[in-house]
Amino acid sequence: MTEATTKTVGAAPADETPTIHILWINAGLSCDGDSVALTAAMQPSIEEIVLGALPGLPKIAVHWPLIDFECGPVGGADTFIEWFFKGERGEIDPFVLVVEGSIPNEAIKPEGYWCGFGDNPETGQPITTSEWIDRLAPKALAVVAIGTCATYGGIHAMAGNPTGAMGLPDYLGWDWKSQAGIPIVCVPGCPIQPDNFSETLTYLLYQATGAAPMIPLDDKLRPTWLFGATVHEGCDRAGYYEQGEFALSYDSPKCLVKLGCWGPVVKCNVPKRGWMNGIGGCPNVGGICIACTMPGFPDKFMPFMDEPPGAKLSSTASGAYGAVVRKLRSITAKTLDQEPKWRRTGEKITTGYRPPW
Amino acid sequence: MARTKAAGDGSGLVEMAWDPITRIVGSLGIHTKIDFKQKRVAECYSTSSVFRGYSVFMRGKDPRDAHFITSRICGICGDNHATCSVYAQNMAYGVKPPHLGEWIINLGESAEYMFDHNIFQENLVGVDYCEKMVKETNPGVLELAERTEAPHAAEHGYRTIADIMRSLNPLEGEFYREALQVSRYTREMFCLMEGRHVHPSTLYPGGVGTIASVQLFTDYLSRLMRYVEFMKRVVPLHDDLFDFFYEALPGYEEVGRRRVLLGCWGALNDPEYCDFTYANMSDWGRRMFVTPGVIVDGKLVTNDLTDINLGIRILLGSSYYEDWQGQEQFVTHDPLGNPVDPRHPWNQHTIPAPQKRNFDDKYSWVMSPRWFDGKDHLALDTGGGPIARLWSTALSGLVDIGYVKATGHSVVINLPRTMTKPETSFEWKIPKWSNALERNRARTYFQAYAAAVALHCAEKGLEEVRAGRTQTWEKFEVPDEGLGVGFTEAVRGVLSHHMVIRDGKIANYHPYPPTPWNASTRDTFGTPGPYEDAVQNTPIFEENTPENFKGIDIMRAVRSFDPCLPCGVHMYVGGGKTVKSMHVPTGLSGLGG
Repeated sequence: MTEATTKTVGAAPADETPTIHILWINAGLSCDGDSVALTAAMQPSIEEIVLGALPGLPKIAVHWPLIDFECGPVGGADTFIEWFFKGERGEIDPFVLVVEGSIPNEAIKPEGYWCGFGDNPETGQPITTSEWIDRLAPKALAVVAIGTCATYGGIHAMAGNPTGAMGLPDYLGWDWKSQAGIPIVCVPGCPIQPDNFSETLTYLLYQATGAAPMIPLDDKLRPTWLFGATVHEGCDRAGYYEQGEFALSYDSPKCLVKLGCWGPVVKCNVPKRGWMNGIGGCPNVGGICIACTMPGFPDKFMPFMDEPPGAKLSSTASGAYGAVVRKLRSITAKTLDQEPKWRRTGEKITTGYRPPW
Repeated sequence: MARTKAAGDGSGLVEMAWDPITRIVGSLGIHTKIDFKQKRVAECYSTSSVFRGYSVFMRGKDPRDAHFITSRICGICGDNHATCSVYAQNMAYGVKPPHLGEWIINLGESAEYMFDHNIFQENLVGVDYCEKMVKETNPGVLELAERTEAPHAAEHGYRTIADIMRSLNPLEGEFYREALQVSRYTREMFCLMEGRHVHPSTLYPGGVGTIASVQLFTDYLSRLMRYVEFMKRVVPLHDDLFDFFYEALPGYEEVGRRRVLLGCWGALNDPEYCDFTYANMSDWGRRMFVTPGVIVDGKLVTNDLTDINLGIRILLGSSYYEDWQGQEQFVTHDPLGNPVDPRHPWNQHTIPAPQKRNFDDKYSWVMSPRWFDGKDHLALDTGGGPIARLWSTALSGLVDIGYVKATGHSVVINLPRTMTKPETSFEWKIPKWSNALERNRARTYFQAYAAAVALHCAEKGLEEVRAGRTQTWEKFEVPDEGLGVGFTEAVRGVLSHHMVIRDGKIANYHPYPPTPWNASTRDTFGTPGPYEDAVQNTPIFEENTPENFKGIDIMRAVRSFDPCLPCGVHMYVGGGKTVKSMHVPTGLSGLGG
């Protein structure tokens, strides 16, 4: 057989890679909103990922509490939690660990647990979620934090919270890397924009087959192609901003920055991408951006319905020159609203064409 | 590895636990003792292993942040919280949104019912009744299903009951995959009205930020009519499937059965009547498109939201909290002058006390909400929401909007002609039992109900738009001192938000979703919570030996309530065997190889 002269394009054939297991822990301080949001993804959908509908995806086995078939009793037949013990014992390799929910601080109290996932057979007590992370993270191919709670702490890490909640990088360390050299992959959002997560997961699966290079992440561990631009840069109401037209009531189609929208300083692609199937969103459809993808969320953005302090200055500036811009545009727009004069009935053609007859 | 073991009490029972329970939302453990000789669950304990502390960290925050924050309580019905919170805020601020704003919220919330019940019924609960599961738990039942023609095959297209079961197999099943798609376009409907799912972006006290246009309503209605057509297939499909179980397994009505103790707090306000004042709450509560009610042993005790409000009590007993007895009482009297109990949510203090789990003492982060009827502290359940909503609406006989009509003993749902199907009427009749199968059946009927109410709301909303009344939001001021309560029906049932404002900030805020009622633990009087109570009465029909036992009947009982947290049941099988067989994974875990 002659040596192949063509380079392999795309992914290695699926049968050359082992089955990749996905161990999903939803038992951080979470609401399961990120699990639920993922079922809305269409680019690709969960069934397309699991059934390998995209070319070159490896075979995967998902252990996901939300829709897992398995539900047998602990220690008995078809027990869901057993997969996590297998992961710990090194019996499934490789696996990707997905964590949903903030990580509480279990060290601040004499006993008990803020959150647990399955039971310790020795003691009969719940195994805390942070203990699972300690057990599984070192063995994982990659660790993925889904949602703003798992990435940065989120709502449950608000000032005054009793649990001392934090994000996964706060818990494991921002420089933490998996045994495969992959940093913690953070997909923030409250909840995640569905396709943002399914796309990131798909990228990691391609990376695992060798088809894609190291996933590009920014200094907050976010995929750069999803979180590189601000809300405002992708918001279709930015034109109103430029013309100095600001909504004074929430049901106005104009820019919402004076009513609490933080879009100009928030990294998120929702207005550009839509919420699902291009529909919905936040400021593009009348919902102020409360910055739910950001590490500073929620405390640095509350009260949500007040104007962000920085918006005062810039909106005053845009109010001044925007009025001039608007005036000039309206003059131009008037002329553009008229058809050229040669479009009419009559016996003479006035388009500039000289008829030969 | 955990073991299935004989109970240490010499009772011959077998201890079994399901923890975490899959195909629900959140973290729930069910711990049981099972009597395999009698084929019954002897004891059941429901435990939730996650505490976040909303009522703790919301204190001192701006009241206008409440709906954004409380939405994050739940990832599948967060919008119900946001809605309930803006209701409570509207009351506290004294603001009444424009009618169109209310129609838009109703359309968003209807879409939430349509989405959530659909995904739960077909992709989470449905798996309990799929061919794969039935083959592994009751092979005899599957054989019978293969031989049983589906009575409504003409409506749904599946010739036998086994064909229906096959279509529900995870991912491979055609209907399973179709339902996933339906869960998506219903969420698109939701996003049209509320911006994004599940945490809305366009909801505010005083109304919504949604731009009401002809396009908005057209985009919604086009999808709604697809759903209406879908439901004309789904209602008969589930009727066939659930009726078959009664036939195939005589006595199956006992699975998940408990006394009829149902609560419904009403949903979907009529803006013609609802002014969000406490003073008029009894009246506008009765005008809701889902009628509030407390039902005891099949009788309507009250449909008055003021009575319902005053009867709520939060008991402790088996949960990890310190009692607030003797702490400051925020509200001694409601705005009408009625005395408010110290154990009412307006007066609750949440004082977490993390500790070891002990099933003889404290074993869950869930408290024990009860409804006091003047004599007893009733452990009401919601049956997952739909059964209580339909039951309550049926008994009151108040709803009459053409598309739905309550008769006093049933609810009639009239669906108009769709692209390929004629006008169709369904009648949900009050069932004989409050059990697993009837909770599931009601879920399907309520999907049709929600679609029917949405048709009405879309017509009313479009009327406003065509008349040029496009305002959807009303200004308001936050008072220094104030009081608010919001009542609605989350997807899974009763939802209340109680808020107290002092010095312009949140002084107290206690949301009570349905799952605390359903998943509650043994209270101070020793009364078990609804899951516990329902599972404890559950007979075992599964054909497996203790070694291969899945506990499908227990899972069906628990999932019929549509739990929204982690739950575990310990069952005792006797014999103290350690089971070590390796199982080939199935469903999502195995399809990739």
